[in-house]
Amino acid sequence: MAGLIIFFAVVGFLVLVLIGIYNSLVRSKIQVENAWAQIETQLKRRHDLIPNLVNAVKGYMKYEQETLSKIVEARNRAISATALGDRARAEGELTGLLTRLFALFENYPDLKASQNVLQLQEQLTTTENQIAFARQHYNDSVMIYNTKIQTFPGNIVASWFSFSKKEFFEIPETEKSVPQVNLDI
Amino acid sequence: MIDFFQFQRKNAQKTFLIIFQSIIIFAVIGYAIDRFYMKNQFPVMTLLAVIIATINSIIAYYHGDKLVLVSVKARLPDTSNLKEQQLVNIVQEMSIAAGIQPPHVYIMDETSPNAFATGRDQNHASICVTTGLLDTMNREELQGVIAHEFGHIRNRDILTMTMVSAIVGAIVLLSDWARRTFFYSDTSGKRKSGKGSSSGLILLFLLVISIIAPLIARIMALAVSRSREYMADAASAEFTRNPLALASALEKISKHYDHVVDRASTGTAHLFISDPKGSKLNDSESFFSELFGTHPPIKKRIMILKQMAGVS
Repeated sequence: MAGLIIFFAVVGFLVLVLIGIYNSLVRSKIQVENAWAQIETQLKRRHDLIPNLVNAVKGYMKYEQETLSKIVEARNRAISATALGDRARAEGELTGLLTRLFALFENYPDLKASQNVLQLQEQLTTTENQIAFARQHYNDSVMIYNTKIQTFPGNIVASWFSFSKKEFFEIPETEKSVPQVNLDI
Repeated sequence: MIDFFQFQRKNAQKTFLIIFQSIIIFAVIGYAIDRFYMKNQFPVMTLLAVIIATINSIIAYYHGDKLVLVSVKARLPDTSNLKEQQLVNIVQEMSIAAGIQPPHVYIMDETSPNAFATGRDQNHASICVTTGLLDTMNREELQGVIAHEFGHIRNRDILTMTMVSAIVGAIVLLSDWARRTFFYSDTSGKRKSGKGSSSGLILLFLLVISIIAPLIARIMALAVSRSREYMADAASAEFTRNPLALASALEKISKHYDHVVDRASTGTAHLFISDPKGSKLNDSESFFSELFGTHPPIKKRIMILKQMAGVS
């Protein structure tokens, strides 16, 4: 009789521990998903803002048509990309190109006088920053989640309920470097 | 890694202490009147004083932020103005970086560059900046300043600071009123005869309040130590990963030290990112200023921020 009670007590305890671990994994996963949703919102906003910006500056920047068309291409590629790695690359490229474009604004005093362009630039800048901070948050969440499902005892529960590793949202090394601006023009 | 939970706990304790202090101080005044003047069997004035202090604390807790914002004549930002729109955007960015709900944003029409945060917790917070700040700072510097204010919100400094403001504000208001009544009551010529003892009592009461109130204000502000400014500076660097932006913002602010924020009072001075009254006390590091100063010396803050960035 006593043996039976101890047996059920141990089983009950193990079930409780299991539930605890499972819930903690689910919480981390939800956090990753929320963090990702935050990035998505900002990326979408950036995609919507870019055509407006290009249209607004097209008339002023006669000599930068190539940069502008590159931006539009990168935007379209980012929208159509499906794999996370491809998307991260396309978005990273877009970030680099936009930074370069804003640096080029310095050569066009007319642009700096246009309230419309300044408004758009501000909206894009804040979107860029929010993407950066949201990415930081997302990658932190992914790191916590991945660690949980790979270390004991989380790894056992994770394999039972098929929790899989999440990918980081990383910008390729080349895009992180400061864009080259030609000032000899 | 800075353990900000410890600071959150400390701030909760301090808030209790402030409420407790204010009730005790009021009770003592009430008791003194009961004991030496009214000679009541039942401590009417003591009870009354405790009730007033309690109500005052409750109002300070729930509406302290509104009182502070009204007292500095804050207004909502105008989003058609590029700079003010930028401010709203930066607050949004920082709320992502800090993982805090976006606080309300307010503007003070004031040429001196300054900013403060108020509220009772992360979900009931407001950030207020002067138009002078918007005009003098570039985007990165503004971001540094806003991140500093987010540091105050996350470390729960805002509750302690707002409580002090609201309670001290009430006391200062009371003492101003008391002093005015005390010094001008004789010239009003409306003195009613016959009730000599009760008007004498009121005069004594007013005298006590007008003398003691500024002292109370000082003691309360002690609870808000200077270290919280260093902590918020560190939080700013943590959120923006750019300590130099805040350093350069503080440098710009320090150049405007001669400009004083007109609407800041003894009650609200400790709320601001830099001392709005331009008190010389805060420039030094002596024991006395460590004790009574509301802000650490700005030069020391800039130095620490630069060390964080690896330039010194």
